[in-house]
Amino acid sequence: MRSRKLTNLIALTISALCAAVGLFFLFFILFDVLRNGISSINWALFTQDPAPPFGDSAGGLRNAFVGQGILTLVAVIIGVPLGMLGGTFLAEYGRFSKVGRVVSVLSDIAVSMPSIVIGTFVYAILVKPLHTFNGWAGAAALAVIMLPVIIRTTEDMMRLVPWTLREAAFALGAPYHKVIIQIVYKAASRGIFTGILLAIARIAGETAPLLFTSFNNNFFSLDMTEPMPSLTVTIYQYAASPYDSWVQMAWAAAFVITFFILILNIAGRLWIKR
Amino acid sequence: MDKALITVKDLNFFYGKHHALKNINMSVQKNKITSLIGPSGCGKTTLLRCFNRMHDLYPNNRYEGEIVMNGANILAPEADTIELRSSMGMVFQKPTPFPMSIADNIAYGPRLKGVKNKAILAEKVERALRQAALWDEVKDRLNSSANSLSGGQQQRLVIARALAVDPAVILFDEPTSALDPISTTKIEELMVELQDDVTILIVTHNMQQAARISNYTAFMYLGEIIEMDETNTIFTRPKVKMTEDYVMGRFG
Amino acid sequence: MDRALNQTYKVVTLLSALVIIAVIVGIFATLLYQSFPAIKAFGIFDFIFGTEWNPSTEVYNGGRPLLGTIITTILALSIAIPIAIGIAIFITELCPAILRQPVGTAIELLAAIPSIIYGMWGLFVFAPILERTIQPAIAFIFGSLPVIGSFFQVSYGGGANIFTTAMVLAVMVIPFIASITRDTFMQVPAVLKESAYGIGATKWEVIKDVVIPYSKAGTAGGIIIATGRALGETMAVAYVIDNRHGALESIFSPFTTITSVLANEFNEASGIHLSSLFFLALILFVANLLILSAAKYMLRGSIAK
Repeated sequence: MRSRKLTNLIALTISALCAAVGLFFLFFILFDVLRNGISSINWALFTQDPAPPFGDSAGGLRNAFVGQGILTLVAVIIGVPLGMLGGTFLAEYGRFSKVGRVVSVLSDIAVSMPSIVIGTFVYAILVKPLHTFNGWAGAAALAVIMLPVIIRTTEDMMRLVPWTLREAAFALGAPYHKVIIQIVYKAASRGIFTGILLAIARIAGETAPLLFTSFNNNFFSLDMTEPMPSLTVTIYQYAASPYDSWVQMAWAAAFVITFFILILNIAGRLWIKR
Repeated sequence: MDKALITVKDLNFFYGKHHALKNINMSVQKNKITSLIGPSGCGKTTLLRCFNRMHDLYPNNRYEGEIVMNGANILAPEADTIELRSSMGMVFQKPTPFPMSIADNIAYGPRLKGVKNKAILAEKVERALRQAALWDEVKDRLNSSANSLSGGQQQRLVIARALAVDPAVILFDEPTSALDPISTTKIEELMVELQDDVTILIVTHNMQQAARISNYTAFMYLGEIIEMDETNTIFTRPKVKMTEDYVMGRFG
Repeated sequence: MDRALNQTYKVVTLLSALVIIAVIVGIFATLLYQSFPAIKAFGIFDFIFGTEWNPSTEVYNGGRPLLGTIITTILALSIAIPIAIGIAIFITELCPAILRQPVGTAIELLAAIPSIIYGMWGLFVFAPILERTIQPAIAFIFGSLPVIGSFFQVSYGGGANIFTTAMVLAVMVIPFIASITRDTFMQVPAVLKESAYGIGATKWEVIKDVVIPYSKAGTAGGIIIATGRALGETMAVAYVIDNRHGALESIFSPFTTITSVLANEFNEASGIHLSSLFFLALILFVANLLILSAAKYMLRGSIAK
């Protein structure tokens, strides 16, 4: 009996230690990003474009912030409506169909697809034929990553809306598309909105799919047919550079993007709970 | 003598291979309350949902026979389900307020029918809410969310929503089973008042409720109507032994 | 009018849903088409098992990147699985109720941190720490063993190596395994646990004999999803494995994986080199598809994830 109690104590202590290890790493990483990043945050980071690493001023990453914003926005404009419509089919019109089931399973699988593979795919169809990295390709790669996430959350959230609510609308003589648009979307809006927030958080941190598509650009650019800068690819290139000022800027960018993503995640969770 | 509004002729209904309703013949009298009673699984809700073809929403459901209203068979494949449903209201077991304001809930049906004029809509909202005896409780907060109402109020809101399209018939599917006794009494009184304007079909597992409010009662068992008659007769001098056993609480 | 609008909406949603099928088929077809020159030049078998990756002779075989991907994944999982299950046990069985939610969320937030951040942190912060602490300890204990000892000897400085990569990957996949395992643990019916407590079992015995066996399928599904994640992880790996094509010497040497070779060489490659990289991407895509289908199969009916 004593040895059983001892085993119990040891096992439970180990599991508590595991949780401590997990939490330790979270705070370890966040602390380092904070410590290294916050000292390099200044006004110039957001208002200036990169300067050569040897000059007096290191410049800033205005181009990358703007580029990241454009890429994300275009991806959202493509991915969100498409994903919501697809998810609508799975939860509504196609809920008893084979196609619906196949798409649902495939979306689940696509959610975890390696993003670098998507990068190579988009390179093959949107970069290689055009002979230049371009913003459209980057946005397309992000949209492809986002699409299955939006499809699945939309489906799940719409399925959470009780069937009797739809039946009540049908019973008033509403055609199906009006039931969906006026009743179901409204009832599921909070969940779908959270899903969109989390999907944005997900693509905001993606680097691998941008590497072969929008690549990077040291200059400010709004031209989607040209290479387009992004924060993540900038971090990738600057962090590995031999210049101190660039490494510092990489940390600053890492700080901004990490906390942006964490805030989106936490906001999403709080929003859905309310 | 009462006048039949709806006549059901040799109705059979199948969920896939399951034969859920067998040779149903009955008539629903105009401006009267007709109850469907019977033990769970007897098919009373299935029958109710035939009247507005709710079963069409799901695959592999099949009707045989006819339900005739105003001379037309509403089960005919060419019948317009949308038009049919907008001439009938339905109230469910649990309240189903739409995720919108109280006023918009009521105006939903008229808007579907194409009513856009704000004054007309406002008038319809007020009339329906008054009919459902909810006006005084909500008139100061027509624009607040319907979810802010209590369960009993929500159920009366749903009834008002059904009334707003001037339906000929309202189908009630155990409308008070999720409510407290006081709300239940209010809904029952409301149904009795409403029969001047509409014909009511109600499914209930509460025999006292059927006895209190309905003019006619059908007792169902295993997908068949065992006996149907005036409510008084069913509860005092049923012709079939099984009906008597059921209303006396000896089974079910 | 309404009928036509409804039909239109139905078709539009159907077409949108079909996009995902088009994308997956499109990825497969495109990668296959692009890898054709490499498949023709080297053959599937030789590509998978050959070890040469030589730009001067234009011979590209994927054996080493494949091996690197497999080794880092296995090492990462063997570190992550016990810790993640420990976390799940802590959250479901030990944690005071008020802390349950925050601890669970904090662990899940680990999964939200972008992989580029893991890469930077791994290279600049974690690798030097490992190089000073755990790495020499392991080298000291196992380095003098016969035959396998050389796999634990340190011959490169800098800390960017297979072991560090596995450690970083482990931290990255812990939240996936932990949260799915936690969800399946939560679904163990209370009566089952109570009946075990009722015959005098200790908490650990209940966990070991009731909770874990009951949730095997869900846990396995979580592990498989984490495997897919580790195989396809790119940016963190690209930083800390230092992409070198030499032979496998030790877990403390730089090496290469499918994703690190893609991240490092794809943009400069052309011709047969590029085609070989596409072939590696195809292998990764197919492996991932198979692994996730397996996970889907194991998780079917257990939890919706």
